[in-house]
Order: sequence, then C-alpha cells, then structure tokens
Amino acid sequence: MHKTIEQIHERIRDGNARVVTAEEMPAIVAELGEKGALKEVDVVTTGTFGAMCSSGAFLNFGHAEPPIRMERIWLNNVEAYGGLAAVDTYIGATQESDTLQQEYGGAHVIEDLVAGKSVELRASSRGTDCYPRRTIETELLLENLNQAIMCNPRNAYQRYNAATNTTDRTLHTYMGVLMPGTGNVSFSGAGVLNPISNDPQLRLIGSGVPIFLCGAQGMIVGEGTQHSPGAGFGTLMVTGNLKEMSQDYLRAATMTGYGVTLNVGLGVPLPVLDLDVVRATAVRDEDISVDILDYGVPGRSRPTVRTATYAELRSGIVEINGEEVRTSSLSSFRKAREVARELKSWVEAGKVRLTLPTRPIDAQKTNKAMHQTTPGPRVLDIMSRPVITIREDEEITAAAKKLLKGETNHLPVVNRENKLVGIVTTFDISKAVANPGKGNLVRDIMKKKVITATPDESVDLAVRRLEQNNISALPVIDKEHHVIAILTAMDLGKCFGGRWLK
Amino acid sequence: MKLLVNYSRGRGRKPIIAQAVRDTGVLINVERAVIDSSEGEALIDVPDEQCALVRDVMTGLGATVRILDHGIHHNDSECVDCGACVSICPREVFSFDKEWKLVCTENKCVLCGKCIEACPHRALSLPV
Repeated sequence: MHKTIEQIHERIRDGNARVVTAEEMPAIVAELGEKGALKEVDVVTTGTFGAMCSSGAFLNFGHAEPPIRMERIWLNNVEAYGGLAAVDTYIGATQESDTLQQEYGGAHVIEDLVAGKSVELRASSRGTDCYPRRTIETELLLENLNQAIMCNPRNAYQRYNAATNTTDRTLHTYMGVLMPGTGNVSFSGAGVLNPISNDPQLRLIGSGVPIFLCGAQGMIVGEGTQHSPGAGFGTLMVTGNLKEMSQDYLRAATMTGYGVTLNVGLGVPLPVLDLDVVRATAVRDEDISVDILDYGVPGRSRPTVRTATYAELRSGIVEINGEEVRTSSLSSFRKAREVARELKSWVEAGKVRLTLPTRPIDAQKTNKAMHQTTPGPRVLDIMSRPVITIREDEEITAAAKKLLKGETNHLPVVNRENKLVGIVTTFDISKAVANPGKGNLVRDIMKKKVITATPDESVDLAVRRLEQNNISALPVIDKEHHVIAILTAMDLGKCFGGRWLK
Repeated sequence: MKLLVNYSRGRGRKPIIAQAVRDTGVLINVERAVIDSSEGEALIDVPDEQCALVRDVMTGLGATVRILDHGIHHNDSECVDCGACVSICPREVFSFDKEWKLVCTENKCVLCGKCIEACPHRALSLPV
C-alpha cells in the first residue's frame, strides 16, 4: 500500500488532506497503527529553530555611478566577502564587527535588513579602467538591493551532541556557558520535530524540495557541509529569499565569549507516501539519543560523559555520576513548534507544492577530519631542557642560588622520587625573605597547585593555559609526573622565529 | 523582600549585618555578598513587614540600603524561549510552561547576574 505525490496534491487541492506536525505523528501511529496512519495522514511537517552558525546571504547592490568593483566590503562595520566581483558580496553570520566585536556581527546585519533597518555599506577598490571608482559609502535598505538570497551551507543538523564541562573553570563555547564541575548540560536541536530525524534515510529530503526558511518559502540545495548521515549527523544546504523572511524566525544571537551566530527557523514538509515514511515520522524524543561530551577537553575527540535522549535532555535534569545536573536547551522548542505549525498551515492552504527530490542526498556517507600535512608546533619542539629543579626538603637559600645560577624565574619542586610536587618563583623567594617566619624549606613556601604541560600537546593549548592562569611558565611532565622540561613565555618566541620548523 | 546593602569598611569595621540582626531581632538571610577590605555589598532577604525596620537600622549604621522591588528583567520581545538561562541560574528562576514559553519567577532571583551573559539574545538585564 502506498500513496503517490499526485494523490496527495489532489487531496490538498480538494481540501481533504490531513496535515500534522511531527510532534503529533507518534500518537497518531500509536492509535491507528502504521497502516491506519498511512491512510489517515498525508503530510507531516517538521521544524527546528536554533543557532546555525554556517549561514549567510548573497547580496547584490546594483552599480554606482561612476561604477566600482568592490574589493573590500563592510556592512555596518562587519566585513563581507569581496571576491565575487563588482557589486556582489556574501555576508556570513559569524563575521564580527570591527568595532563592536561579538556584540554585533553578520547575523545582526542580516536581521537588521530583514527588520527593515538601514545598513551602511562601505567598500573600497583599487580602481580599474572599467570600474574607476575607489570608495563608496551609502545607506541601504533591503528593498534597495537587487537580490538578497540567503544561502546557508550547513543547517538543520539531524541531531547535535550535548555539552558539559568537567574542568574547574567556566567555559564559554558555541554550546553556551558551561559551568565548572559538570555544573550544567546544554543541548541543541528540536528532537521529535527535527527534519532529518524524521527522514534519516533521506528518501524525501533532497535537492529541490520546498522548505520553510525563516518565514519564507525556501528550497533544499543539497547536502550540507560536514554532512555525516552515516554517523547520524546529516546536514542540509538551504536557500531562500531574504526579502520574504520574517524576524520572527530569524534572530541574531551572541554566545558570550564565543561569538555571533544566527538563529534560523527551518522546516521541511514530508509527504506520507508509504509505511516507511510512517515509521520514520513516528520517531519520538525518546528514540533520539546524543552523547553528552566533555567540552573541558580542548581537542577534536571529546570524551563522552554519557548518552541521553532528547526526552531526558528536555526534562530539565539528567543524572551524571549519581548527581542530578540541570540542562539548558540552546534552540527554542516553542519556535520549532511554530515553524512546524506555520508550515502545516501553508501546506493545508496549498501554498507549498510538495515535490520529491530532483536529486537524492547521500544517506550513508560520513565526515572526514582535516588532512593535516603540518602538525603545528608541539610543546616538545620549543620547551627548554634540561630543566633545573629543586627538592622540597632543600633550604630556601639553595633555591635562591639555583634561581640565580640558572637565570630562570621558575623552579619546579620535586620529591625524593623526583616527581613534581610544587613550584617556586623568584617572587616566592623574595616574599619569603621580606616576610620570614613561614619556615626555611622550599616546601614551606612553594605553590602546591602546579599548572603543567605535556610534551606532545599543541603549543596553542599550553598558551591558553598560561593566559587563563596568568602565569609565565609551565613545567613539562611525563606520564609518571617527572619534570622533563619547562615551557616559558620566552620559549614561545621560538614559534615566531620558525625554529620549530626543523 | 530583598535589600541591597552597600557599606564602607573603612572606619571601625562594624559588623553591620550582625548588628542589625541583634538590634532588630529580624533573622536576615544573606543571599549573596561581596566583601573586601574596604567595602561590602550584600543582598539580603527579610520578611516584607520588617523590611523598613531593617532598612532604617542599617542606614543608621552607615550603610546605603536599597529595596529591590524586582528581580532580573526579562525582555519578552528579545527572548526566543531557548532556555540557555535555565541551567545557569543557581535559584531556578527560569522554567518552561506547557507551551515551552520561558517563565521567569522574579521573586526567586537574587540578582547574581549569571544569566545575563548566558542569554544569547541579551534579553536579560539587571533592573534599574
């Protein structure tokens, strides 16, 4: 038993079509059974509303007199791409303002245009025979542009891993503020309403399919960048006319300490053609799980703390290691519902002509990591060796002598097994001399909490640790906690001298 | 009722809060306090009917006292009901209603301000 897309068109035309949102579908299937649901339901609408960083718009300004071929372009002080010739540009959502940084960015420019506000265009050029003009400044409204076409390379993630933070400091990430000590969990995505989660085999979602995009009728271009449906992380590239969009479904946002992003409202209507569609759209929040990753690990492979379903995440609390941890959604479920409901009303009113993909999207492929030919400097490339250390049971005067002799300001302190137990700096020694009385031994004045580095890690990670702790040296330790070298702010100069490039 | 108490610790280092508790007999709940060598700021919670009494006694002890009628200000038109603030708030001020609209229970708020930077839409601010 199956239905054709023409039969569905006919029922929509006659006003007999039953259109439901993906949130309503599981209960219908439970009540009527799969065959009953196939007979009853003609279209399932999906929807999501969340931060989709990989978004932006192509703009065409029309020609000035005398004409200019814009090479560098700013919109409200946010730089836009200048490599498209003459008076075209692409404004990316995450590009930040030269003057306001993360408080204003490409996403805000796009939202301001949609809201009917004027935006200042500033551009420069070297001037050519055909385009003699060198600079231009003008105020523009969306209606002044010939074209304003949203084209988002990576939207509508099928699902997205949740985030937590096991370190002892607050992290500012694209997953929001993550509090120390697994203080909270943040997650993203509309779960039961997510478009690709309702068509994981990508039978109905493909090139040319009409969608709801920020209040306008848009279209799926094809697979999105980083599309990885084989791992359950499919994405879509989508497009739509900015001039038809609404601020209700397009909102700029700032993740404090991370940067600017754009909240996009996106929905895909799914024609219910056969039992496979019924089964796929019967998916519930309980059926979709994601990993909760530890964003405290600053690498590509973040450890999984546990997995959780969207139902658990949306309940407000998940249990991690026996403790109740509160969750925050970064995407609005209320808005996702609005998208799905609005799209439902469009389909019912015959405003959207459902089509099957003109070209399918690969439903199996998985995403590759970057092919890196140069690894970038590691700590072992620039660290200083041998390192001078001192034993914790030596006298402070011995430490002072070593510091003088070694011409260094940091002295890692080791115990009898030669393991790192502390650090003393010239400052600590000066303090001990100025305010005696704490004791005569190194262990009496050393700092016990030592921030360290490992030889294999990237210099960039060590640098962030220096900055975060406001210190100027890190003892480099091996797995057994032996001090093998020291990385100081001075060593970092080698990166710029190119010495690590052996 | 919540009171914001600011005081200088310059002369005598008077234990203002303890003194106010003793003088008034009101059990003051300190919600949040930042106190260093020269000054202190404390957000205290006292029963509504004793609010004026505590304010007067503390003012008499040299503190500046402001009665806070409002918790965090939630701008409904900027808010998209994402819920980024929900897990950040130490007092569980934010929650969702049945329609997944954000609800802000102002009287639980101790104005710690943690949610302000967590809001991606700048929809939360301290009351003026």
